[in-house]
Amino acid sequence: MRVAVASALRSYTGNREHVTGSGDTVDGLLRDLDRSFPGMRFRIVDEQERIRVHIRIFVNRELADLRRPLRESDEVQILCALSGG
Amino acid sequence: MRRMQRRASSTKSTTRRRPASRTGERAARARRLATQPRIALLVSTRKGAFFLHANAARTRWRVEGPHFFGQIVNHVMLDPRDQRTLLAAVRPGQLGPTIYRSTDFGATWSEAKQPPAFRKAREGELALSVSHTFQLTPGHASEPGVWYAAVSPPALFRTADGGVSWSGVDGWNDHPMRFKWCLPEDQTPDGSIMHSVLVDPRDRSHLYVACSGGGSFESTDRGDSWRPLNEAVEANFNPDPYPEYGQDPHCMALHPLLPDRLYQQNHCGIYRLDRPATRWERIGRSMPAEIGDIGFGIVLHPRDPDTAWVFPMDGTQVWPRTSIDGKPALYVTRDAGASWSRQDRGLPREQAWYTVKRQAFCADEAEPVGVYFGTTGGELWMSPNEGRSFRQIAAHLPHIYAVVAVTLP
Repeated sequence: MRVAVASALRSYTGNREHVTGSGDTVDGLLRDLDRSFPGMRFRIVDEQERIRVHIRIFVNRELADLRRPLRESDEVQILCALSGG
Repeated sequence: MRRMQRRASSTKSTTRRRPASRTGERAARARRLATQPRIALLVSTRKGAFFLHANAARTRWRVEGPHFFGQIVNHVMLDPRDQRTLLAAVRPGQLGPTIYRSTDFGATWSEAKQPPAFRKAREGELALSVSHTFQLTPGHASEPGVWYAAVSPPALFRTADGGVSWSGVDGWNDHPMRFKWCLPEDQTPDGSIMHSVLVDPRDRSHLYVACSGGGSFESTDRGDSWRPLNEAVEANFNPDPYPEYGQDPHCMALHPLLPDRLYQQNHCGIYRLDRPATRWERIGRSMPAEIGDIGFGIVLHPRDPDTAWVFPMDGTQVWPRTSIDGKPALYVTRDAGASWSRQDRGLPREQAWYTVKRQAFCADEAEPVGVYFGTTGGELWMSPNEGRSFRQIAAHLPHIYAVVAVTLP
């Protein structure tokens, strides 16, 4: 499925804004992306399996958690909060 | 061109009149400079890392960077064992923290495959997540590849492969007293931290750590077990002002040539401890009363265990954490804390409200020793003569978190 990647994570994707990955859930998708882009998942999900505070994941423009089921036709966005100064 | 000719003419004229003794002085200075180590500064900031390279006389500095532009860099450290491996503790504002490694002095960086991370919490346990690595400490000389990472919330990690894979030091991270010793919540403005990891150069199993809002602790079995080391250290914010633990050290240092000597700058004063004693002596009592002994960093002379520098800061009322009365100054002791002298020549005389973070204060190994500090306003100052005078060597950098002086091969 098609995944939009926030700019802060594009050092992992060779600066590509969109990548493709697969998985039955958001968690599965992130694990698949981590195989293609090693280290990327830990920047998004902490060691307690929580999406990091300033990250949001949307599936078909709806806020999703790691357990959210996915279909191949879904559109996923990994976004970073506008925060800090 | 005209200006260059005038200068050449002037130099020629001066040379003609120079007495033989001055020519000799110049030759001696040139010989001394030829034997001086090459010094560089690793400057970590809120928006990236910068490296400053000095000429032999440390009179000119070239700024190189930024590395990791826009990201929070808490610490960059060179491995003194191979003098070429750099580790950097990095986190962007939104993403999780990681460690980068370079073996070509920052030309290229590779990310750790397994950055410091807590194990998954068991049921009923606090589910901790590493906020950031605060300090990177090379391990013992006999253990190439071993480094320690002190993180927030206060915990200790170790790598044995030069920073590629990190694992927790379970003796600390799983210690039954750990959450009594150091509260995991954010207590300090940038979060609770373990900030000082010290390795005894005589014994790789002998470690000290210090934590804000926790105290100082010692291990003699390479981190498998720990005990508090806070006797006679004040905690004036605590119902019991001299508890076994819970003190607030800001920075702890061990002298490499006299490893039984420890110094600490604490929330409640400046202390020295000469092991095997366990009772700290408050050497800040000999600071001028109008200055007090509050600060964050403490810097040791690399060759003289009796010499240390502090940067006193305002700890009154709401703790402004700025230079006292807007008049920045270092204080130096040359007698292990029995007396202190003010050093402020070249620093602003008034309205300079510097904040110098605990890792943004350091010394090099040259002769005479260079002393450096960076401010949260992005100014970098140095003294080429052990604090007798200062000059600014960089300005307009981002908020400075750490300054490390390194000797290059």
